[in-house]
Order: sequence, then structure tokens, then C-alpha cells
Amino acid sequence: MKPTFSFIILCMLILVSCREDDVIVRPQVVPVTQPQYTSVKGFYLLNEGNMGTNKSTLDYMDYTTGEYIRNIYGAANPDVPMELGDVGNDLKTYGSKLWAVINCSNKVEVMRAADAVRIGQVDIPNCRHIKFHRGFAYVTSYAGPVEINPDYSQLGYVAKVDTASLKVVDICIVGYQPDGLEITGDRIYVANSGGYRVPNYEKTLSVIDINSFTVMDTIEIAENLQYVVGDRHGNIWVSSRGDYYALPGRLFCYSPAESRVVKEIDVPVGNLWLDGDSLYIISSQWSNITQSTAVTTAIVDTSTRSQAKGQLITDGTESGMQRPYSIAVNPITKDIYITDAGNFVNPGFLYCYNRDGKMQWRVRTGDTPASIAFIGETTVNRP
Amino acid sequence: MKRATAIISLLLSLTFTWITSRAEVANDSVSLSTVEVVAQRPFAKVIPAQELEGRRLEGLNSLSVADAMRYFSGIQIKDYGGVGGIKTIDMRSMGSNHAGVFYDGIQLGNAQNGQIDLGKFSLDNIEKISLYNGQRSEILQSAKDFGWAGTVYIESRRPRFNDNEHYHVNATFRTGSFGLVNPSARLDLRLNDNLNATISAEYTYATGKYHFRYRKVFEDGTVAWDTTATRHNGDIHALRVEGGLYGTMHRGSYQAKLYYYDSERGIPGAIVNNVWKNAQRQWDRNFFAQGRVRKSFSSRYTIQGNVKYARDYMRYLNPDTTLMYVNNRFTQHEIYASVAQRLTIIDGWDAALSVDYQWNSLDASLADFARPRRHTLLAALATAVSIGPLKAQASVLGTAVNDRAGNDKGRATRRLSRLTPAVFLSWQPWKEHDLTLRAFYKRIFRMPTFNELYYTDIGNATLNPENADQFNVGLTWHRDFNSTIWNSIDFTVDGYYNEVTDKIIAVPKGSGQYRWMMMNIGRVHIKGVDITASLETSLAPDLFIGGRLNYTFQRAQDYTDPSDSFDEAGSYKGQIAYIPRHSGAATLNARWRRLQGDYSFIYVGERYHNSSNIPANYEQPWYTHDLSLSYPFTLDRCTLRVTAEVNNIFNQQYEVIRNYPMPGRNYRIILKFDI
Repeated sequence: MKPTFSFIILCMLILVSCREDDVIVRPQVVPVTQPQYTSVKGFYLLNEGNMGTNKSTLDYMDYTTGEYIRNIYGAANPDVPMELGDVGNDLKTYGSKLWAVINCSNKVEVMRAADAVRIGQVDIPNCRHIKFHRGFAYVTSYAGPVEINPDYSQLGYVAKVDTASLKVVDICIVGYQPDGLEITGDRIYVANSGGYRVPNYEKTLSVIDINSFTVMDTIEIAENLQYVVGDRHGNIWVSSRGDYYALPGRLFCYSPAESRVVKEIDVPVGNLWLDGDSLYIISSQWSNITQSTAVTTAIVDTSTRSQAKGQLITDGTESGMQRPYSIAVNPITKDIYITDAGNFVNPGFLYCYNRDGKMQWRVRTGDTPASIAFIGETTVNRP
Repeated sequence: MKRATAIISLLLSLTFTWITSRAEVANDSVSLSTVEVVAQRPFAKVIPAQELEGRRLEGLNSLSVADAMRYFSGIQIKDYGGVGGIKTIDMRSMGSNHAGVFYDGIQLGNAQNGQIDLGKFSLDNIEKISLYNGQRSEILQSAKDFGWAGTVYIESRRPRFNDNEHYHVNATFRTGSFGLVNPSARLDLRLNDNLNATISAEYTYATGKYHFRYRKVFEDGTVAWDTTATRHNGDIHALRVEGGLYGTMHRGSYQAKLYYYDSERGIPGAIVNNVWKNAQRQWDRNFFAQGRVRKSFSSRYTIQGNVKYARDYMRYLNPDTTLMYVNNRFTQHEIYASVAQRLTIIDGWDAALSVDYQWNSLDASLADFARPRRHTLLAALATAVSIGPLKAQASVLGTAVNDRAGNDKGRATRRLSRLTPAVFLSWQPWKEHDLTLRAFYKRIFRMPTFNELYYTDIGNATLNPENADQFNVGLTWHRDFNSTIWNSIDFTVDGYYNEVTDKIIAVPKGSGQYRWMMMNIGRVHIKGVDITASLETSLAPDLFIGGRLNYTFQRAQDYTDPSDSFDEAGSYKGQIAYIPRHSGAATLNARWRRLQGDYSFIYVGERYHNSSNIPANYEQPWYTHDLSLSYPFTLDRCTLRVTAEVNNIFNQQYEVIRNYPMPGRNYRIILKFDI
């Protein structure tokens, strides 16, 4: 009996390992390509992380070294408890600052664009997307004020944030569950999704006058709106997610001048990116009827308002993607970046394609790679 | 510091074990078990169970059945922390939906999500917990007993009387950390020589508040950040009332049982950046009534019948105005009946046939909900043979399932039938040694749950069942000693290989992360070793010491996506989420005269929270030490047993599930009064 026990104890001693202190995760540097020198120095990529995991992480692609650096936030901000947060939904730069909208942490994290060192945060519950205009940030939120009224349903709002003081200075109530927004001229266009009201989705685009910061118009477009992009011809492109059953995802072009939808394109939009007159679209659309996922890519020419011929990816590598999730285009080199969220649980991938649609490289990211923001001299997405 | 406590802990368990295995003093055989010995048929032990009962169960400082089950080999508990936190078991990494949980012989169902929260079952009224891998080695049992990859049997306390006794009264009061107030009472009555009754009630209240601490350090060990907070919204109010009748008749027995559980609890939720408390609440009302009769008509023929009705109500509320408002109610009904019979064809050869029918329904306050109804018919044919040292059992289970939608949505229509086999062998090579070799193979499947099939938007009505194949070889060695010190020693080891195919996994549907779809795409291969050893000694006439060790090795690999092997972050062949390669437990109970002391140690090795086994997904090992002391004071006919417990002595700050911090050091006082 003694040898038995000693043997088991011995096994346990050999095999078990002790608990150690949790060490700040060191960023991982992965060389992926040759250095390139343009006015765009690189880009940040925000990984969403699955809800409840607190695993939203920030990666950086450094064009000057050709290296992809994973998970830089912890090392840049070692004294911030619980790191970046839960579900990073949007990422943008404005001036010298980098703004990350962290949905389930109910905050917008503000960092130095140069090195991702934290400057502060703006508390906005259930925040979704961000855009900037003349020293102010505009952030959509699902969590409008609550009224004590049994028939009341909670509307969303747009928060106006002073980019210097990081304070919310005003809010404007819009439709149900507002997602994407765009600022063109003196107007803010807000896509209301109504995602919490399944199957009674919202169908409207709220138009806010930026000076009075009040809703001046509400335009019916289609169910479950998600993204809004304004092109340089003055038109507003809006994507609808459909209802996942009979109603497919589509893209709409709204003309403020004509006050009507001037074009409807039958293309599902998972994510989009406007570069010049080219609207790059990627999607993986689920159909409850065929019980399958279809991967589609498209380029829409905003000057002719029509889908351009030809494929975004020309070398067939999209078949290796599981769940293309977001897209971005380098404004100088026109390299195309597509993230693959995989199964949303394990780390995803970032693919780089050249302007001809040939894959250049791919690299592992964090969990659910989602938003890309370029750093340096860029006029991304602005006419 | 952390390392120091770890080393101390290992030394502690080592030293105790060393003492128990070295000492050489007089023997006085003391039997701990107070459980009556039920006559066992020769086939009953083809594959023995892991069991916890009597004083050993009481000595585990456990409040719930789930806490106690941490001391079994091959089991991982998913524990979200606190008194009211959800606790489910995962047997041999096959997933919690593959384990059947039986309460007093009849399965506890949850057709909605297939998960039984064992944290809801207080140990207050529990006499014995048994765990079987494969299935219970008994052929006279309901068809459902054959229908799982593994089974857990929870047996409530039965009334027992000596000749001149007519009633027992028991009152217990527990209090301690987390604002725990936990009174319970029980009355056993002897109605006549052939009929006993029992009624018991328990109320549990806890604020569920405790401190937890997160910290990170730089590589040189200096503190980067260190924060302590209080766990909120972990409160629970729960009432349990339970009554039973236990009767005997000529060559037979019968029992009837009523059970009611009513609770409200907070769901403490994940701790993430900027969110330190949550507001979600859950209400549960569970009721069941069940009965069973068993009668032998000759020494060769026995028949058994079971019936059950269960109603389960659950309400989930998310009142957080920054999130989607959710106020959902779910009601399930279950009706179940079973007949089983066993015939001894010739001595040493038995055959059994059992047939079960079950009806389940689920209604919910959800838009477009399919309101599914399920009819399940099960039939099991089993045989057991004993030829000298060789024992064998074989069974085949037929399952037919028919689902219908309770409304005009029409999506919930599904038929399925399957046959699944199991074979068990055991061999005792030497008559003079109690050494038994064993092996089993079992193929079983689990039906997709109602949620997986029909839940609005995420359900997938085309799902197939999830399959599990198990291969197991092992041995058991037992020895009683005539020596003055050693009483007995037990040793078991099992090696196994399991394959789970068509595993049901939530897969995102495309745009929008919060829309998921259930798919049969998962594949997991599990290689494992379970070892248990226990030893009972009497070091001195008044001193009894028993020790028990469990060790589990599991290599549970994700074979779902062969294309995901691009780099070290690939999930292909990665260890699946939250399964440690190494885990184990050591318990030691000592009794000196009337003073009882218990020590238990649990170790769960390093894990990853998904099958991409990279540092960013790493979860630290954790280990806790619990101690308790107990002393009974006797006054006239009454006994007052006072127990003091301290759990997680070294105040380890750990998590079983990422972002669900577990309690640090905590205390409990138990007063138990018996007449």
C-alpha cells in the first residue's frame, strides 16, 4: 500500500504546477511583410472579444518595420485594472487621439494615437459607434433615458463629447438601438437598428441638425439598419441587415438633395469601407432558409451608384475564410485588409490583399478582429 | 507567497498521507458507514461506482451536491461562484449534457437546456451520492438509466428506526460567511412496521457578498495593478420542502416522494472593465412527485415500476436599462412512466427488459416561440452473466423521439430513432485476491435540447443528436487487513478514450455577433486516466484515520477544424475549454474519541478558456484547503453536534470560469440537533 500512495503522491508532485502571479501580457511581434514608407504609418486593429470575456484587445500594424504587434494595450497601460474591456465595437483616430468604443464596458477609451497610452475615458452606456466633427465626438448609444410608463420602449441617443475635456456635453434622442452614424455637412445621419425589438425592427434613419443638436428628420429606409457612409457626391449610403429570414441584407443610397432613396442594391453588407468613389463591401450572410452561410464581396462605385464588375479577391483565398468580419483600405497603397473572425471564440485572422485582390500575407489577431483605424497623414473616408 | 502556500499545501497533504501509511499501532475496526447494507446481487459490481456517503460526505465542508462532487475522479465542475452560482458537472470532458442526474432513482429532467444545476441541491437531506461512468451495473433499472454517458445518483436520507423508536427529529442551523442563514428541519415517523414517512424543509438565505481581488504584476514581480472589490448581486433566497413515504411488503418495497423548490437569486455576472456589478435576476419553482414499486414474485422474477410528474418554472429578468430589457418566463412539464423486469433464466444468467415513456413540454413568453412537445419512448434489453471469475453485462437501448410544435409555427417537427449498445466485463483472476480487471464500451447519444432546436432565432430544428463513444479499461483492488493498524485499502485506476462527434456548438450566423446558430460540427477526442486510492487505519484504540486521494488526467482535444492549425494559436488538437490536464483531490478524516476532524484539498491544474492554447487564453491552476472540526454533545436522548468549518484556508483568489471570481477564505458554523 505504501508504494501505491507514494507513487500517486510522486505523480501529483511531478505533474502539478503552482499558481503564479498574473503577469502583464507582453505584446507579440510578428514580422509579416517588408517595411513600407508612406504618409500612413500604420494602423490599429481593435479585437472585440466575446461578450463577458473582457478580452477586447488592441493590435498595431507598423508599416515602418513591416511588423504586426499583437495585444499592445496591457503593456502600454500596465496600471489600468482589467485592461481595455469587454467587446470593442468601434475604433477611430481624431487628431492625436485614438478612440475605442468599448460596448459592454459602457465606455469610450481615449488613448494617445502615437503609443496607445490611455488619456482617459468617457462613460457612455451601451455605446456603439463614433464619428467626429469640429472638436466634438458623436457616439451612438442604445441606452436612452428611461421613463416610468408601461408602454414606453427605450430609445437610443447620440452623445456629443468634447474631445478636449472628454465630457458628454449634450445628448440627442434618436430611434431604437442606433448603430452606425455619419456626419456630412451640418447633418448627422444615424442608422437605427431596432435590434432589441425583434421581429419589429426599426426602419429609420434619424437626421440630426448638428448646430441645434436636435432631430430634424426621420427617414424610413428599411429594416434593421446598421452602417451609414456619406460619399463625396453628397449621397448617404445605408446598409440594412434584413431580418435573417425572408428579408435579405441590402444597401441603400439616400439622396438628401432629392429627399428619397435613389438606389437600392441587392447586396448583403457585413461591413463596408469607402475609399474615394469605391465602396468596398464584405459579408457572410446567414440564411435561416438554406441553413448556410454565404460569403460575398462587392465594390460599389458611388459615382455611378452601381456595383462594379469583378471581384474584390481574385486569387480564391476567400474560400479559406470562415467569417469575414470587417474590411479596410489603405488610402495610399489601396491595400485591402479583411478580418476573419473565425468561430468568434478562438483568435481570428487579418488578411492583406493588394489592389489587384491577391493575398499578400495573413496574421493571427486577437478574438474577433473588428475595427481598423489608420495612423498618419490620411484623408480616409473623407471627400 | 502564492508559491509558498502551494508548497505548504502539497506538503500538508503529503505528510498526512505519510502518517497514515507509516504508523503502526493497534487496530480497532470501526465502521463509519451508517447506511444499511442492501443485499447485492452478484452482478451488481461489474463496474463499481465512486461513492460519497455518511460521515465522509459530511466531512467535505460542502453546502451543495456540486461542491461534494468535486471529490470524484473524472469530474470537472463549472462553478460560477458563490452560494447561488450555477454549478454543473462535466464527466470525462464529454460535456454536462451527457451526464444523467437521478434523484431517488428517477432522473431529474431539463428538456429546455439539459443542464442540471447541482448547486441547487443542498447536502442537508442527502445520504449518498454515487457516480457511474458508462452506466450503473445493474440490469433491473429503468431504460433511462441506460441512456447516458455517465450517471449520478443522489439519494435523499431515508428514515431508519431501531426497534423501540417511533420518530426522529432533526434540526440544523448553518451560518457563516456570505450572510448565510440556513435553517432546516426534518421529521421521520414510523407509521407502522412496514411504513415510514419523512418530511423535511430547508430555507437558505445569503447575501452572497464577498471580497475578491485581481492583480497583475510586471515580469520583475512588482505590482502593476491590484484591486479589491465586493461581489454583488449574488444573493439567494431558497425554500425546499420535501416529503417521502417508504414502505415494505412481502418481497417488495415502495416509495413515494414530493419535492418543491422555490428560489429567487441574483445572477452576479462576469466582472469586466468598468462593470463591477450586474442586475440580472432569476426565479425558479420546481415541483415533482414521483413513486416507485419493486416486487419479486419468486426468487427468479422481479418487476419494478416508476412514475413521475414534474413542473419547472423559470423566470429570467434583466432590468438593466443600459442593456436589452429581458423578462422571460419558461414553463416545462414532464410526465414519465417506466416498467422494468428481471428474470433469472438459470443461476448466473439474468435478463431484463425495461420500457419507459416520457412526455415533455416547454412554453415560453418569447415571440415566435415554437412551444415544443416531445414524446420519448425508450426500451432497454439487458443481460448479465456470471461464469466463475468472469462477469459480463450487455445492453441495448432503443430510443424513439418525436417532437411537435405546440403552435402553428411548424418548425418543431422531428422524429428520430436509434439503437445504442453497451458491453461491460469484469474478471477476478485470483480468488484469494480482491483484484478485479474491467473493461467497457458504450455508445450513446444525447438529444439536442429544446433550446438548441427551437429557441427563437438561435435554435436549429435540423440538428442531429450528439454522439459519445466510450472505451474504458481499469482495475480495482481492495484489501481488508487483520493487522492492528490497517483496516483496509482500496485502489482503482481507469484509462479511457472517448470520442464526442456531431458535438452541438453555437456558431455565429454572420453579420452581428450576437446571433448564433446551433450546428453539429464539433469533434472532441478525450484520453484520460482516473485514479482513486483510499486507506483506513486505526492508529490507536481511539484514533481512526481515513484518507482518500483522487487524481484525474485528461487530454481532451478539439478536432473540430483541421484547417485551424496555422500557428500555435490554432484550435485544432488544442485542449478544450476549462479542462485541466491534471486535477485531483485529497481528503483526510480523523476521529479521536468523539472529536471528528476533516481536511480536504482540491487541485485543478492549468487550463485554457478556449481551445486556442495560447498565453492570452491561459487560466491559472487553483487549489483550496478546507478544514472542519466537529463534536457531538449528548444530553439525555438528544445529540447536539457542533461543527466549525474554515474553507479556502490560504485565501486563494481564483476563478473556475473566467471573470467569475470565487470566494476567498470563508467560515461556517453548523449546529445539528437530533432526537
